Amino acid sequence: MKPATPQNVVDLYFMDARSKLIDIAAFMDRVENAGLKDDFRYQAFLNALKELGEGERTKSVLESLSDPTKELIPEATTKAACGAWPGMDSL
Amino acid sequence: MRYIEPHAHMVSRTTDDYVSMVTAGCKAVCEPAFWAGFDRSSSKGFYDYFRQLTEYEPARAAKFQLPHFSWLCINPKESEDLALAQEVLDLIPEFLDKPNVLGIGEIGLNKNSRNEMTILEKHVDLAAKHNQLILVHTPHLEDKLKGTKLIVDLIKSDSRIAPNRVLIDHVEEHTVKYVMDAGMWGGITLYPESKATSPRAIDMLETYGADRLWMNSACDWGISVPLAVPYAAMEMRRRGYDDETIDQVFFQTPYNFLSQSPNFKI
Repeated sequence: MKPATPQNVVDLYFMDARSKLIDIAAFMDRVENAGLKDDFRYQAFLNALKELGEGERTKSVLESLSDPTKELIPEATTKAACGAWPGMDSL
Repeated sequence: MRYIEPHAHMVSRTTDDYVSMVTAGCKAVCEPAFWAGFDRSSSKGFYDYFRQLTEYEPARAAKFQLPHFSWLCINPKESEDLALAQEVLDLIPEFLDKPNVLGIGEIGLNKNSRNEMTILEKHVDLAAKHNQLILVHTPHLEDKLKGTKLIVDLIKSDSRIAPNRVLIDHVEEHTVKYVMDAGMWGGITLYPESKATSPRAIDMLETYGADRLWMNSACDWGISVPLAVPYAAMEMRRRGYDDETIDQVFFQTPYNFLSQSPNFKI
């Protein structure tokens, strides 16, 4: 599917992406200034940043934050998800 | 413009939301059964909820000239208690003849546990026995990739279920291809913080086409936007899409899937 009159997507999205990029930088400064860089979610975040180089970046970032196992877990002990898989260190 | 909101939890929304949606061009709203934000204490709570979805909420929507449809199930967040889940499953058949019921949903997995899978299998069996459409909820965040594959593989293994009568909701860039390749339909949920934004949703449509992908707001009691679907249409206009394509994406595509149910008449 393609637009009938394609627009320049850099024109459309650069300022939004620039704003989010600065927010990411500020988040990293904030976490590290607070001495929380060892939090597994932050470590997963740093790993995900490595996926920004080339290829299908969105898919790769999402995969890097995902549970890579294939088996059902014995029991759900919580209903919530936190955005990063806590078992990555055990692999 | 005209659009169909294929996934909204209107029992959690206000009458102002109905006014806004109809004003924006909404021609039908579809409401899957879901978790209330707390665990219900017994199957009687579900009986009342199913009455709300099939009797009260359609009447409330009708006051705003908006056709309302529903899907029935017990959400995977409440599937860990197998006895309760079975009681709720036993309630569902008596509601399937209600005129606004489209099928079984939103079923699926939440944390990808054994009991969740047991109850998912029972829901799929119920849909097969009653020839119902299926609407699937896929897990959140880090659990989505694994859960989506488990769900799609389970449904594909049941020869009674035609893939084109199944919609796998909440797809993202790492799961959408798996769903499309299985011959099923996909739903993209537009949330402010999780799931997908309008630009990402349009990116996915540009890659996989709009024939089997719809967008929804999944608005509920949490952070969500009841007008997310028409806002996404506005985003498509910014990218240069014409009225015909926007109508295909926001009206024709959901219409084509939902009208496989004889109850979907608008």
